[in-house]
Amino acid sequence: MRKLVTSVLAGIGLTLACGTSVYAQEKSLTIFWAEWDPANYLQELGNEYEKETGVKITVETTPWSDFQTKAFTEFNAHGDAYDLVVGDSQWLGAGSTGGHYVDLTDFFKKHDLGNVMAPATVKYYAEYPGNSGKYWAIPLEGDAVGWSYRKDWFEDPKEKEAFKAKYGYDLDVPKDFKALRDIAEFFYRPDQKRYGIAIYTDNSYDAMAMGFENALFSYGGELGDYATYKVDGHINSDKAVAALDAYKELYKFTPPGWAKTFFVEDNQAITENLAAMSMNFFAFFPSLINPASNPNAKNTGFFANPAGPGGDQFAALGGQGISVISYSQKQEEAMKFLEWFIKDDTQKKWAALGGYTCSQAVLKSAEFQNATPYNKAFYETMFKVKDFWAVPEYAELLQQLNQRIYPYMIGGSGTAKETLDALAGDWNATFKKYGRVQ
Amino acid sequence: MATTMITTLDRSSRAAARGLSDMSIRNFFIIPTILFLIVFNIFPLIYSLGYSFTDFRASTNAPANFVGLQNYRELLNDPFVWNNFAITAKYVIVSVSGQLLVGFGVAMLLNREIPLKGLITTLLLLPMMLSMAVVGLFWKLLYDPSWGVINYFLGLGNFEWLADPKMALYAVALTDIWMWSPFVMLLSLAGLSAVPKHLYEAAAIDRAGPFYTFFRITLPLVAPILMIAVIFRTMEAFKTFDLAYILTSQPTTELISIRLYKMAFQEWQTGRSCALAYIVLIMVLAITNIYVKYLNKVKER
Repeated sequence: MRKLVTSVLAGIGLTLACGTSVYAQEKSLTIFWAEWDPANYLQELGNEYEKETGVKITVETTPWSDFQTKAFTEFNAHGDAYDLVVGDSQWLGAGSTGGHYVDLTDFFKKHDLGNVMAPATVKYYAEYPGNSGKYWAIPLEGDAVGWSYRKDWFEDPKEKEAFKAKYGYDLDVPKDFKALRDIAEFFYRPDQKRYGIAIYTDNSYDAMAMGFENALFSYGGELGDYATYKVDGHINSDKAVAALDAYKELYKFTPPGWAKTFFVEDNQAITENLAAMSMNFFAFFPSLINPASNPNAKNTGFFANPAGPGGDQFAALGGQGISVISYSQKQEEAMKFLEWFIKDDTQKKWAALGGYTCSQAVLKSAEFQNATPYNKAFYETMFKVKDFWAVPEYAELLQQLNQRIYPYMIGGSGTAKETLDALAGDWNATFKKYGRVQ
Repeated sequence: MATTMITTLDRSSRAAARGLSDMSIRNFFIIPTILFLIVFNIFPLIYSLGYSFTDFRASTNAPANFVGLQNYRELLNDPFVWNNFAITAKYVIVSVSGQLLVGFGVAMLLNREIPLKGLITTLLLLPMMLSMAVVGLFWKLLYDPSWGVINYFLGLGNFEWLADPKMALYAVALTDIWMWSPFVMLLSLAGLSAVPKHLYEAAAIDRAGPFYTFFRITLPLVAPILMIAVIFRTMEAFKTFDLAYILTSQPTTELISIRLYKMAFQEWQTGRSCALAYIVLIMVLAITNIYVKYLNKVKER
């Protein structure tokens, strides 16, 4: 009798435990993203959603260096640990053709997101293949590479006078790459532990690609023809060669040990009085206007990527869209969250928290553009951005770029032309391997 | 013989009485271990061999297509992969020979009566007890051109150890030498203490010089144990990943293990990376075999 009672109680306990677990699962969503400030803002936004709907949102993060590997390991295992992922723009090809992302084309059309969101964000964060009208993500975090600079150094009358005497024009926010280079050279003073510029040089993921693209696109160069996948004559064109040379030239004026740097170091260049100008994604600029994280916050200014010698002015695209993972058990709940996320009010809250909204209406509003010292530069930049290849084999293309450009940039081996000719050969072979070109 | 059998039977019956018969031990310990080995070692090994002949990519839902020896052919014709092997070979030679020289040298110094010998030996063993990741991060700070103590003490100014593509591999090897020389030292000490004292006494009576004593007595007798150290360290150095990855991770330090990791888990070329893993495995086996044959010859002398 005693055993029978124990068994019954255990059974009831187990049933209740399972019931609670199921209930908890239905009322929660897990979003996977990289470890950075915007992920914290998204968690705060998620808390608002929980208040309104009772559905708990957990933004799970991992360091950038592991982000891609961890996400795709979970996708490949068809795991349901995450319901949504804020995946990099170049993942679109692999995510969609691999069957990891839910097709959001109907959702996109129903809510007219092609017109609601900024055109570049729709093109690069949501659609694959290009111009196909198939959408796999909702633009979530707009981002691009911009610049911060030391206003106090730039505005110092003595510095202005010395600069004018040396270069023959006024020291000001650089309008083109020539001025960027001159200012970097002017402030390069190793004996004073002051340096000219901080740029991306890390070759682990896409840092080097993003940095080089900033020069490449503004010099009028291209990675290749996105429609035909022809790369020869594009990535190794005269403009591309000049751009690589210009980017390498900037490396001469970086602080010591600047051979493997990404967003953390580039912000440190400003906070630790190392450099006059620093390249970084706009998403990392909030900490530069916060006196708690940047003692030079009051003296930090921002500008968009300058124009190249031909007047072209573009920037490398960062940022991500949010996708529903096809192995999630809670796709319906995830779609409800997306419906809430795209609302105008939510987009305003997202921007107010520090997230870079992709909503055209919010971006264009004076309220947004005046909210921070860099929002206007961000707004301008988001309408002139270009991105890396988003094809499923993007990781191989990225690896090949790192393999070729790093030894030239940092080690000084070969010439820019040789480097880019070799890269064109690598990319062409890769596109051939995957049947994109004959 | 009869006594032994009785004792054995007694033991078996005593074990049986406690509920641990030979059969139970086999069932509870040996069979699970064998199953574990089959499931986690043998099966993946065979499974990955199968994948190495396919174009499988784990990041897609596409089925694996049989491509024969294409992966092997392409890898063996890939100049990048050969460059990775060349970097690895260079790293192994520098790192292992450095460890051998430092480890054996320190062992020679310690193989005499000195004060606090035990404490010094223990302290010297500390580096190899640390985790690779910790050592990597620690040395990254030491090498830093702005605030690293190495440049400060050596008066090298802003010399870039890890950023300079020509220097980075040697910097990684230097860290590995620091970490693993104690291992060689430990084995060498064991070998040196086993050299019979009377040989040195005989050499002293014959008025043999230190040079002659070292090359004719010490080195030949310690050589077999040094060879074992070389085998272990070569295998370890060949598969070094974490130290190079944490310290620099640049093309000139991209060891074959790092290339393999990137191919498998960043580029998701699963079939191709399986083929590369097998090429590496065959190479390590071949090198180890050469060493073992040489070790046997040294022992026979």
